[in-house]
Amino acid sequence: MTTALLFATGAILIIAVLALVYRIITLVGIAKGDQKKTKVTTSNKINAALFPIVLIVGSGLIMWSFNDAKQFFLPEAASIHGKETDHLFWITMGIVFTAFALTHLLLFTFPFLFQFSEKRKADFNPHNDTLEIAWTAVPAIVMAVLVIFGWRAWADITAPATEDAIQVELMGKQFAWEIRYPGKDLKLGRYDVANIDNTNSMGVDYDDVNAQDDFTAREIYLPVGREIELKIRAIDVIHSVFLPHFRVKMDAVPGMPTRFKFTPTITTAEMRQKTNNPKFNYELACTEVCGYGHFGMRKLVKVVTQKEYDEWLMKQKPWLEKNPDYLSQWEAKKAKTASVAKSH
Amino acid sequence: MSSVALDVESKDVHSHDDHEHHGNFWTNYVFSFDHKVIAKQYLISGIFWAIIGGGLSLLFRIQLGFPEANLEWLRPLLGDWITESGKMDTTFYLAAVTMHGTIMVFFVLTAGLSGTFSNFLIPLQIGARDMASGFMNMLSYWLFFLASVIMFASLFASTGPASGGWVIYPPLSALPQAVSGSGIGMTLWLVSMVFFIASSLLGSINYISTVINLRTAGMSFAKMPLTIWSFFITAIIGTLSFPVLFAAALLLVFDRSFGTSFYLSDIYIQGELLEHSGGSPILFQHLFWFLGHPEVYIVLLPALGLTSEVISTNSRKPIFGYRAMIGSMLGIAFLSFIVWAHHMFVSGMNPFLGTIFMFLTLIIAVPSAVKAFNYITTLFRGNIIFTPAMLFSIGLVSLFISGGVTGIILGNSALDIQLHDTYFVVAHFHLVMGSAAFFGMMAGVYHWYPKMFGRMMNSAMGYVHFWLTFIGAYMVFFPMHYIGIAGFPRRYYSFTNFDAFSTFTDLNTFISIAAILTVTAQFIFVFNFFWSMFRGRLAPLNPWNATTLEWTTPRKPGHGNWPGALPVVYRWPYDYSKPDADKDGFTDFIPQNVPLSKTEHSNTPEEKVLAQLDEKFDQLGEEREKNPFI
Ligand code: HEM
Ligand SMILES: [Cu+2]
Ligand SMILES: [Cu+2]
Repeated sequence: MTTALLFATGAILIIAVLALVYRIITLVGIAKGDQKKTKVTTSNKINAALFPIVLIVGSGLIMWSFNDAKQFFLPEAASIHGKETDHLFWITMGIVFTAFALTHLLLFTFPFLFQFSEKRKADFNPHNDTLEIAWTAVPAIVMAVLVIFGWRAWADITAPATEDAIQVELMGKQFAWEIRYPGKDLKLGRYDVANIDNTNSMGVDYDDVNAQDDFTAREIYLPVGREIELKIRAIDVIHSVFLPHFRVKMDAVPGMPTRFKFTPTITTAEMRQKTNNPKFNYELACTEVCGYGHFGMRKLVKVVTQKEYDEWLMKQKPWLEKNPDYLSQWEAKKAKTASVAKSH
Repeated sequence: MSSVALDVESKDVHSHDDHEHHGNFWTNYVFSFDHKVIAKQYLISGIFWAIIGGGLSLLFRIQLGFPEANLEWLRPLLGDWITESGKMDTTFYLAAVTMHGTIMVFFVLTAGLSGTFSNFLIPLQIGARDMASGFMNMLSYWLFFLASVIMFASLFASTGPASGGWVIYPPLSALPQAVSGSGIGMTLWLVSMVFFIASSLLGSINYISTVINLRTAGMSFAKMPLTIWSFFITAIIGTLSFPVLFAAALLLVFDRSFGTSFYLSDIYIQGELLEHSGGSPILFQHLFWFLGHPEVYIVLLPALGLTSEVISTNSRKPIFGYRAMIGSMLGIAFLSFIVWAHHMFVSGMNPFLGTIFMFLTLIIAVPSAVKAFNYITTLFRGNIIFTPAMLFSIGLVSLFISGGVTGIILGNSALDIQLHDTYFVVAHFHLVMGSAAFFGMMAGVYHWYPKMFGRMMNSAMGYVHFWLTFIGAYMVFFPMHYIGIAGFPRRYYSFTNFDAFSTFTDLNTFISIAAILTVTAQFIFVFNFFWSMFRGRLAPLNPWNATTLEWTTPRKPGHGNWPGALPVVYRWPYDYSKPDADKDGFTDFIPQNVPLSKTEHSNTPEEKVLAQLDEKFDQLGEEREKNPFI
């Protein structure tokens, strides 16, 4: 309620001030006999002068706000490709910011320099081929260079994962992520949404031998320095896997499995030191709107040393072991569908 | 063509003037065939929608800026969308974001902008009595009106309006069990958009045929104002891309209501396995963005066209690089059809496609850059008069640049991995499309208001309106870059669930306050707009000393636009500050309908040769009076 009152008073105040300004301007206008012998009034000068003023104040604000905001940017990228794309991002940002600054320098000073004057006449200068070719060519070349760098980074990132990459399955659903590891055989078993039931929430196909030792986890554990291949899918609507600290993003699409490979380079513990934040954690977020709980689809990511990872692996039990009753249930279900299929 | 011809010829073109009105209230003001009336209908509908769309944005900005606040005071407005604990409902948040996007992109910036100015200016600037088909034009508006009514009604659906984002990706938009807005709200959304598309197509076809067929004698394509070029190109883009949205929507309707599986497969939701199988959600995205990307140019190009005209007129200089401007618009139009998948780099599509689309996307930055340079050079050594329209045009150029440059970052697929669906994208398109197009629209209203209503808008209010809006737009959208670099995802109801996104609370509050102030400032315009209609100073015939044909009509042009014969065009529209014009008896501009033979001193060498053709144009003009289709 207080906020509402605050806004209401704020709005009223502003309107009052504007009304006053307007009233004064019109009164002055009337006093001066407004509709004028000259082509323009003093307001032309004011508007002309406001552009360079906005330019100067604006530049100051941009610099200050950037410096102030920097502290809240994500810490350094914690993956190999992330380092590269960050680098490319800031270089590109430098280039486009220069373009932005130079064009604005002209755009905001010309109005002041070339404001109306009775004494001057505008140039009649309809075109200039050299100039036009130059400013077509320069952006074209810059774009070409950027494309080449972007293309190389993109090709690396999207290349197939190596043989010994660790596979981790992430499954999005409203409104949670589920995580599955391949177990000792390093192979994820098959799945099918049709297998989903109250226990088997990922629809894993336990007829597949590769699935027998698969295990699920509540957090994403990753060893540092190893290539990870995320196997991404969704079972209801589109979600999107976003690991901001690793510069990883890939949609999770029902009916169309996707993938993303990356190599974490900084453990959670190291990052806690780097950021001076003992509570720091890597996080997984959803970045494709998926319903009312979209903003809450979070999972923790723990990057640990290889040794810690191995220890953790040792402790994990296959899902089937943790759900000993399930296999009989599974067989019964299979038998039922088989007999239904036969009777048709 | 014959029916088109009938439409025009059936108009008794010579006998009309300002004060004569035939027909009754219904035919003059409601189901009017007159392009000027239809333009005003579009404009006022656009203003109405802008208020709704802006209001929705304030609702979700309040949530983002003041996540802790008790919003009980909004209950009279939102009813049960405010939960018992005084919080905004999370589904409502999504609905507000979705409807804000839909309304702004389609109803304000497509219909409100193109509909208003293509209708108003095409006949007036090419020297035509009206559109090729007044009937289709009338139908176009009323289909838009119908679409508006349906979309507006959807806001009051008990399960809420569509809430899957303005891009309505299935399966979210296809399954009512996924989000309540995908129930009746989504149905209404789709039905409304079908009428909207039909309206847009009727309009576009009309614009195209009018520009091709009804240009007055002498108005060759090479003498057409850039406004007309931009409307013409926009209409072509619209005709080619909107049908694809129609197809996408139709297939979605089938999936939703008739059990087909174009977009759906392998879905298990709410404890239930769906029968759909074999469809592809990505297919929808391809279809949607095949319209979606051209759409952003459908929104922007008319704004750029209006700006070209306003900047040239008020710099008292010819637009710099007239041909390059047309060339770059054609280039943008062509390229806009082959960059759509840059919205889908991380959608799971084949990464090789990503490479191709990155390449094509970065090419489109080149013609865009050329346009920006040309505007700036037009100002160089001009003699600039700052009308409100001129201020908004300069503002547009600024916003177009600051939003456009980040497109170069986003178009790089490797960089887009991190930035996609974060606030960085929100910053990008609100500057380059939202704000820039809005500024173009404002420039257009301030500049052509005198021709629309025969009165002047108050310029002092215009100045205040401009500076508040310009500074406000930057205050709102510039900081979003920072939030985006920090990784904040868009369409989040709140950020407190994540450690990574728990910063920037002050900045979000700042943005929300800036947004509230900026939206409030728009009421200065609304007041000025309606007040000036009745109380504004009577407009002189050519208040901005412009060269184009609309300023040769009476103060309030009647049906048929010119009481006498149609003007004949002899020169391009940018003869401002031509050297030696004073020796020919002109000040700093020579209107398009002044024969070259009357301006011997100021003619360029080529024009000296062309001057001999004047008589031919006169003859053509006379013949065209008898038959407008030659
Ligand atoms: C300089 C040329 C431009 C380039 C290279 C460019 C590039 C891009 C890219 C790559 C995206 C996708 C970002 C993402 O979702 O991750 C994007 C989004 C967008 N762009 Fe641009 N853009 C340019 C100019 C424009 C213009 C002129 C407009 C409008 C008039 C525009 C409007 C949009 C919109 C509306 C979106 C976001 C749509 C959404 O996801 O809801 N862009 N742009
Ligand atoms: Cu989500
Ligand atoms: Cu695009």
